[in-house]
Amino acid sequence: MTTDELQQISTIEQETQGQYQHHVCVCVAAGCLSSQADVVQESLAKEIERQGMGDKCHIKGVGCMGLCSRGPLVSVDPEGVLYQNVKPSDSAEIIESLGKEKVSRLECSTEIPFFQHQKKIVLENSGLIDPNRIEEYIAVGGYGSLVTCLTEMTPSEVIDEIIKSGLRGRGGAGYPTGLKWSMVAKSRPGHNGKYIVCNADEGDPGAFMDRSVLESDPHRIIEGMTIAAYAVGATNGYIYVRAEYPLAIKRLRNAIRQASRLGLLGNEICGTPHRFNIELRLGAGAFVCGEETALLASIEGKRGTPRPRPPFPAESGLWEAPTLINNVETFANIATVIRNGSSWFSAIGTEKSKGTKVFALAGRVENTGLIEVPMGITLREIIFEIGGGIPGGARFKAVQTGGPSGGCIPENFLDAPVDYESLNRLGSIMGSGGMIVMDETSNMVDVAKFFMDFSRSESCGKCTPCRVGTAVMYDLLARITDGEGREQDLSMLEELCDLVKNTSLCGLGQTAPNPVLSTLRYFREEYNHQLVSSE
Amino acid sequence: MSPNVRVKTLKIDGKDVSAREDQTILSVARENDIFIPTLCQMDGLTSVGACRLCLVEIKGSAKLQAACVTEVQEGMEVVTDSERLHSYRKMLIELLFVARNHICSVCVSNGHCELQSLAQRLGITHIHFPFRYPKLAVDLSHDRFGMDNNRCIRCGRCVRVCDEIEGAHTWDLMGRGDASQIVCDLNQPWGSSETCTSCGKCVHVCPTGALFEKGKSSSEMSKRQEFLPYLTLMRGDHNE
Amino acid sequence: MRRLGYKPHALIEALHTVQETFGYIDEDALKYLSRALRIPLSQVYGVATFYHYFSMKPQGKHTCVVCMGTACYIKGTGQILNNLENAYSIKAGETTPDGGLSLLTARCLGACGIAPAVVLDGVVIGHADPAHFNARVEEKLKQ
Repeated sequence: MTTDELQQISTIEQETQGQYQHHVCVCVAAGCLSSQADVVQESLAKEIERQGMGDKCHIKGVGCMGLCSRGPLVSVDPEGVLYQNVKPSDSAEIIESLGKEKVSRLECSTEIPFFQHQKKIVLENSGLIDPNRIEEYIAVGGYGSLVTCLTEMTPSEVIDEIIKSGLRGRGGAGYPTGLKWSMVAKSRPGHNGKYIVCNADEGDPGAFMDRSVLESDPHRIIEGMTIAAYAVGATNGYIYVRAEYPLAIKRLRNAIRQASRLGLLGNEICGTPHRFNIELRLGAGAFVCGEETALLASIEGKRGTPRPRPPFPAESGLWEAPTLINNVETFANIATVIRNGSSWFSAIGTEKSKGTKVFALAGRVENTGLIEVPMGITLREIIFEIGGGIPGGARFKAVQTGGPSGGCIPENFLDAPVDYESLNRLGSIMGSGGMIVMDETSNMVDVAKFFMDFSRSESCGKCTPCRVGTAVMYDLLARITDGEGREQDLSMLEELCDLVKNTSLCGLGQTAPNPVLSTLRYFREEYNHQLVSSE
Repeated sequence: MSPNVRVKTLKIDGKDVSAREDQTILSVARENDIFIPTLCQMDGLTSVGACRLCLVEIKGSAKLQAACVTEVQEGMEVVTDSERLHSYRKMLIELLFVARNHICSVCVSNGHCELQSLAQRLGITHIHFPFRYPKLAVDLSHDRFGMDNNRCIRCGRCVRVCDEIEGAHTWDLMGRGDASQIVCDLNQPWGSSETCTSCGKCVHVCPTGALFEKGKSSSEMSKRQEFLPYLTLMRGDHNE
Repeated sequence: MRRLGYKPHALIEALHTVQETFGYIDEDALKYLSRALRIPLSQVYGVATFYHYFSMKPQGKHTCVVCMGTACYIKGTGQILNNLENAYSIKAGETTPDGGLSLLTARCLGACGIAPAVVLDGVVIGHADPAHFNARVEEKLKQ
């Protein structure tokens, strides 16, 4: 595969699509699918046939359009109209309207802040291309960055570009991606060479960014991983994806097959000596496997328990070979950084947090779904403009970021910018991108208990503080929500938070107290209110 | 020791000490008679850094490090005992007590128990966290040994000795979190195990009364662990 | 397993295959995997029980998976689960004595945009209404 051949595929694809006067795109990501988007697609297709529009109108399934709460979503071009809550029975009307007056009763305005205030890098193709066809990805410039890297850049130039972009890991902790790459590049390969691992074990119970990216634009991940492999000198890669995401798995498998067929994976990629293969590995329901050493243990077929670091996976990872582990969203940024240049990327965001972040906006907010925003945007803008505020006129109470490792942020900090450092200062974390809005109906002690229940059951059980500490904290929180808590239970909770945070072996334990610490910090009166009055 | 091993110098609790470059903080501390509490660690077995009792402070590092798995570095300044470490260690021991049912007075290992003696050494007089008291099964199906999950602190020594030294891998951990337990083969009665060689190594490395010899009554089960350094020395591997 | 060359690291993949084929993982399967992949029995058991996705018991004729992700919980799946537990006198993770219904929970279906979400016999139901959900399950059981 050369630049010319890539160009050729792209041209043919564009010509094929250009033959049609109308394009109907149906969102077939998991959110819309569960509101029967597949049935809608089928009935639209039938309707196109029935009305004899087969040669004029092209229909396809596309990835996530973002506004999941109003699915199934259907967009028609060139009219540029988005339809919401589409039912199979609406098909005839929609197809009849093509080239004429739009169906106003189904229209979802794209002028609303939900669409206007976003900045799309990772999701640039989501909702536009058919995730099952590599040709469509190539037609929008896909794999161009890979060819550029392989034919025009040295591995160290690629790493330099990533370092200069300021991209940081999107899995939660925010480690600079370029630095990680250069560490792996410097490590001496093991007898199996080096490995690239994509962490797609999205375990935060309230986050679905990675799933959406994998379902909507799987080739993006493959391209990012292959570029990384070239940069650090790896020949094998794994995508560790949750078994709970069957659709993402299916589309990834398909994408890997297509890329291999075109010589974009395998031996002698693009006619260069670079070779790289990707295999899928299925997770099996263990949140702790998001921790990198636990994830590696799991790929090796073992219990997913973390081990102490150092040695870091960059030096000794999978089967003791140097291993680069990045999150889905991190890999999804790579091709765009290369294509548009590091200075373009680093112009977006704040001083220390560059680029954009994808959030899964959910909970008590009008517009739930998937959003991508520039770093530095305020929480208020996300919740009240993009999110459209709290439904039913209820009062906002808190926003939770970072899932079981993060914290609840109250109203008076809503104007804080969203970046790694500022969220840390507020007692939460960026996390992988779950953002849950809570209104006055939420009991914050119950929320803390919910997360502690999660942590205690997801704790691998290896180290004492996390194994027993989270269980005892849960017992104490349950005692409080049952109305039997006493004053000393709060000080015990604080003691345990400090212990578990500072003595646990891995990130799961070290961050497990955050939901309790942040609610104690901002909503202590709610705890006090539920205690047995001590006489 | 091969002649080209390099030596590093560091400070532990203000004292200048020297060490081979591949030594852990724990082993250097022990050579210098500096006490660091441990439970999951055992010379001769792989260290896993699980019990967290051996956490120490290292100057310049915000995070506490497990002494059993952290290798020495030139110029390192280690603090093995501080008010903060002491209080964490006490709480960790307390957590081990509340997680299961450790009533010393009726235990076969009373007086010979590593958990009990550490608690005494750290000055724990009472447990202030609420007890969890799960009711777990006791397995007496083996003709010579018994296993009481209620006394298990999940240090994993039995799993490691059975795998690394005996080579049978009869034991492993099942489940996860505080529900994790030691299991024999496919979670079957010990007596029915086809892989167990009845060597008794697991019983003797167990720090508490979770694994014991039958026929011993309260306070009678003392453990003999000399075989482990002996076997390690003779086999010439795992050599520090 | 053949695809992965009978290597010990194929264990989790092999467990997935067993569960996909038989619906659950029984003792014979564990013994077989232990020999085929040369992994000690207790280690196979330890791995199979570590991952909550694997089930060691046969599932009921119908399955109902209630999402307990944060977004769904905030919007009332706790209530849905409670109602079902009470109606069928089983707890999450259990199957009714007649083998008719298995009640399960999931950590997150990733369908937070349409919370609260429940999966009934493989079909995701979004915007589930806590007040009327039992009736929906009852209807399914009659089929």
